[in-house]
Amino acid sequence: MRMRNKNLVGLVYMAPALIFVSLFVLIPFVQLIYTSFTDASLLGGGKWVGFTNYTRIWADSNFWKALAFTAKYTLFITPVLMIGGYLLALLTATNRPVLQFARGVIFMPVVIGLGTSSLLWLWLFDQQVGLFNKALLDLHIVDKMLVWFTSADMALWAVIISVVWKVVGFGMILFVAAIQSISKEVTEASLIDGASYWQRVSRIYLPLTTRTILLVTLISAIGSMLAFEQLYIMTGGGPRGLTFTSVYWIYQSSFIKFQLGYGSALSIVLTAIIMIGAAIQITLTARRAPA
Amino acid sequence: MSDAAISQRRVRVASEGHTLSTGAPLRYLVGAVAIFLAALMLAPVVLSFFASIKTGADASASPPSYLPKALSLENYQKILDYQAGLWTYVSNSLTVAGMAILLVIALAVPAGYGLARFNFRFKEPLFLVLLLPLMIPYQALLTPLYLDFAKVGLANSQFGLAIIHAMLQIPFSVYLMRNGFEAIPKELEEAAVIDGCNSWQTFFRVSLRLVFPGIVTIALFAFITSWNELLAALILMNKETEFTVPIMLVGVRTGHFGAVDWGALQAGIIVAIIPCVAIYVFLQKYYVSGLLSGAVK
Repeated sequence: MRMRNKNLVGLVYMAPALIFVSLFVLIPFVQLIYTSFTDASLLGGGKWVGFTNYTRIWADSNFWKALAFTAKYTLFITPVLMIGGYLLALLTATNRPVLQFARGVIFMPVVIGLGTSSLLWLWLFDQQVGLFNKALLDLHIVDKMLVWFTSADMALWAVIISVVWKVVGFGMILFVAAIQSISKEVTEASLIDGASYWQRVSRIYLPLTTRTILLVTLISAIGSMLAFEQLYIMTGGGPRGLTFTSVYWIYQSSFIKFQLGYGSALSIVLTAIIMIGAAIQITLTARRAPA
Repeated sequence: MSDAAISQRRVRVASEGHTLSTGAPLRYLVGAVAIFLAALMLAPVVLSFFASIKTGADASASPPSYLPKALSLENYQKILDYQAGLWTYVSNSLTVAGMAILLVIALAVPAGYGLARFNFRFKEPLFLVLLLPLMIPYQALLTPLYLDFAKVGLANSQFGLAIIHAMLQIPFSVYLMRNGFEAIPKELEEAAVIDGCNSWQTFFRVSLRLVFPGIVTIALFAFITSWNELLAALILMNKETEFTVPIMLVGVRTGHFGAVDWGALQAGIIVAIIPCVAIYVFLQKYYVSGLLSGAVK
């Protein structure tokens, strides 16, 4: 009897959160699945159309272009973030005041909103008034103010530069924590054995921080696959619709073209892709100690 | 190698830990490189601040200058008077963030306590249910949420937006609170019971106080997420007077008749950045520790 009571008490504490998640995640998700089989639009409709939306996705070259662009963006930015973050972590991993200060500053953009930072960089990249452009000019790296957003490749790199600025500190902080948690004896032993700095990095730091590297890679990759704000603000999908991402295309289909049924089917495809990554992420984060 | 050499190395390792350097010159070089990189990271925000205190004409001049030619609050004045007025947008954002914080605390603290202190059937699967917002991207859920909210009057409402912002923070917050409560020794709570506290009093007088830093952390994260969030606000809020700061900024950027008022935009960016950076600078301890325990432990 007592056991049973205890059971109930635990559930009672969890209940509000469970109800909340059911109402605002689970039920909408079921609705999303349902809507993806209808021709619902913001203007009405909602007839069951079977797999029509899904076969339409198959033939929708714009969606595949958006997905391919999203994948390209993810494939380009993830290594930059990982390598950049790890190098910054190696540089600042010691707890010296000057390095702690540098770490604090490098992490600062992480707390700024992605929308805000994208607007900031849009200005820095501007062909007329952009100071990033002017700095490149003053350093004689280029000989005239660059136009960043009329070519899809330049636009992609502009977005990558701005997002790396905003989030590279996130990986750095997690890597610093992982490197610092390596036991001193291990590093000490390697020093006594006469290992060089880079030998220590490749034989000790990297292998012993693999789990964190995987985790940060996943978090970054998932974030990049869901990219929206940075492109909505900086490129508006242009030039010629070449820089739409999946989320941006879903937003476009659902809320600009009002095709909710179709947008829902697109969302389901995207969710399926994200779920795989997130499942691995949760497994990696799962507490190693028994619950 | 002699014992003396080894112990000398030990001393050096112990004092330097995971450092790159061996000698003093390298030590200075590492410090200098780190400071240089930090300055580079800080530059965009500093330049934006400088642009925000230029005169309007100076801020839109081409070629641009790094430093203001004359100080002026013209840009801030413009952003203060932008459409419904800056304070409308700031107070909308603060209201939404405040409601999101309250929701997150009210939901995640008891859930974390239940998970940490009780054993019941399906506990771990139910915990996974609370992690669902991590697995199903909210970007995908906005369509059904928008339709549901429209039916019950939550579209175009600050509370509706706060619900979505709170939902985003549930996995991290529950996870953090669960770890927080688990870290409290059971003996401490048992002692409180022996001293005559009932379960309720134990919770409020002992456990809750001990996880207080964790509660500060989840509140901070909820604030920063909510204050910065753009997509849900863009979809949910259709009335000018209900816009949050990020939507206002997008509006400033779009400008009138295609001409962007760059000076006003920089003033808006600075206003949007200040609360986040202030929180980060003054409450860094809570912020970074939360980030680390949420992602690594």
